[in-house]
Amino acid sequence: MRVSLIGAAVRAPGLGSWEQARAVLAGELPLDPDALLDLPPPALLSPNERRRAGLPVRLALAVCEEASRMAGHEPGALPGIFGSSNGDGAVVHDLLETLASADPQLSPTRFHNSVHNAVAGYWSIATGSSAPITVLGCHDATFAASLLKAASECVAEAMPILLCLYDAPMKLPLGALRTTTIGLSAAFVLAPARPGAALADLDIAFTPDAAPPEPEPIAPGLRSLWRQNPVGRGLVLLEAVTRKQPVSLAFPYGRGQIAIVVQP
Amino acid sequence: MTPLHLTATALASAVGAGSAATLDALRQERSSLAPCDFEEIAIGGQIGRVRGLEQVELPAGFGEYDCRNNRLAWLALQQDGFIEAVRGAIGRHGAGRIAVVLGTSTSGILSAETAYRARDPATGLLPDWFRYDGSYDLFSLSRFVADRLGVTGPAMTVSTACASSARACLDASHLIASGVVDAAVVGGADSLCGLTLRGFDSLDLISPERCRPFDAARRGISIGEAAGFALLEREPLREGGVALLGIGASTDGYHMSSPQPDGIGAEQAMRRALASATLDAADIHHVNLHGTGTRANDLMEARAVNRLFGSDVPCASTKGWTGHCMGSSGIVEALIASLCIENDLLPACHGLETRDPEIALDLERHNRTARIDRVMSNSFGFGGVNVSLVIGRPAR
Repeated sequence: MRVSLIGAAVRAPGLGSWEQARAVLAGELPLDPDALLDLPPPALLSPNERRRAGLPVRLALAVCEEASRMAGHEPGALPGIFGSSNGDGAVVHDLLETLASADPQLSPTRFHNSVHNAVAGYWSIATGSSAPITVLGCHDATFAASLLKAASECVAEAMPILLCLYDAPMKLPLGALRTTTIGLSAAFVLAPARPGAALADLDIAFTPDAAPPEPEPIAPGLRSLWRQNPVGRGLVLLEAVTRKQPVSLAFPYGRGQIAIVVQP
Repeated sequence: MTPLHLTATALASAVGAGSAATLDALRQERSSLAPCDFEEIAIGGQIGRVRGLEQVELPAGFGEYDCRNNRLAWLALQQDGFIEAVRGAIGRHGAGRIAVVLGTSTSGILSAETAYRARDPATGLLPDWFRYDGSYDLFSLSRFVADRLGVTGPAMTVSTACASSARACLDASHLIASGVVDAAVVGGADSLCGLTLRGFDSLDLISPERCRPFDAARRGISIGEAAGFALLEREPLREGGVALLGIGASTDGYHMSSPQPDGIGAEQAMRRALASATLDAADIHHVNLHGTGTRANDLMEARAVNRLFGSDVPCASTKGWTGHCMGSSGIVEALIASLCIENDLLPACHGLETRDPEIALDLERHNRTARIDRVMSNSFGFGGVNVSLVIGRPAR
């Protein structure tokens, strides 16, 4: 499947607005190893919801808004594919602790925020959108599965698609079994292949065998981020896109792989 | 969309395992709902519990996936020759040309609930038997089903709350339409757990009595558990079978846990499903409503159906039989719709005694017999997700 990448955004410690993040991803600026995750409160949300918005919501809304605008689409105008391997692991942890306690009465707000599609729900509420959204949770294959799904929807529906990936730090004890120690999000707007002003063209194909080793980012600083978050796998694609060189990537997906040829 | 034929199906819910038991319960108007006796969770109300699930054993070599949700999936997979049918599809298409796209809202979270009660008092860590990847994670369901079926195409878990398995059908249709695969195993599983029971209780949405969708005295939902699967292919294997003819989706963009009161998003999903099937409202012979039994859902859904279909199309919610099976309700109700089409059955709105005077829908307390060719089946979820499926006999 050939699609054009017409918008992108990323947030992680040391990676902010596209202008700054692009320079780091392209290797023009070093990643500041001491930087903290810098996320503004999501302006799209009502003040009440903004105050209560957890980290996953802030991670996702920042990249969705920036990538949509870069692609020339109003936030909420595009159908969405959201991928998160852990969902809101911190909220789930809190609920599990309550359920194990002597007083297992749950908070209704926490409960509805624990659904895997809560973040996607806040995106559509924030933008007043009626566009369809799907939400995937595929453990270490979340990036590969979500990208494949987004490209297939883009081709099948012949329209641009917003792909959003996010994961937030996990709390112990689940965090001992699922390493996610930094917040990281990325968004990609894919459009049916077209000539002209795209960040890159992507040829994406699934093969059911020959799972390769996980490709790593080139820059050592990015490799550290990549290790700390399951959807950090998206950094490898972002790096390839910003370095303006044709490159072939292969990501493991189950026993198979997703091959991506990046044409700047 | 190109019709996708349901060349094999399988399901298990509290009304029974397999299509014969399900059809029998429908024909006998026999509900599965009974007072909540799950894990000493004293919230009142009734549940649709699959009896004997605790004794189900996963096949040899699949122990890493053991949890209530995967046991339920395994119970369903063994019904109606599904495993053999998938083997046939592997022969036709190749194992790598079949996707597995399944919906679940809570996967194996019950395992984590048990593990959190057994944390090491000194370290706070979880017991050794707890397996995050195999028995808790959302992806566990799709990996287990794909591995057991021997399918090696892309596997993915969709989690959009109570619309999960309906949305999985749309995601699978994209994979087929774009040529990534030739066929897909779709469906999903959701099982009883403390999070769901106590969560809906915290929202005051659990009916103290058996749920009564669209009744004037309805007081909320009854939670059930179920798993269902369908094999979707472009070519039918036999004459007279049923196909997925259209799918529509939308979001409310309104509230996390309350539907938009006028049902604007619900109507949009149904309209998009009709457009995707290139059908008109008049082509739909029956609507399997989401019909949870909450005051808000049933009222908004009735308004949406009225605007699109008027008030004469026969409607029913089948949640009075099965309970609200969360993320699996979409596939379960699509499979019930398929059974109804193949058996000339217009199902009753089980639990209904006196229709809410504010609701102008054709709902009956008992089953009717009629030829129905096409059914609209609705699934709505938290986060404002709406998905409508059109199931029916494809045009020749």
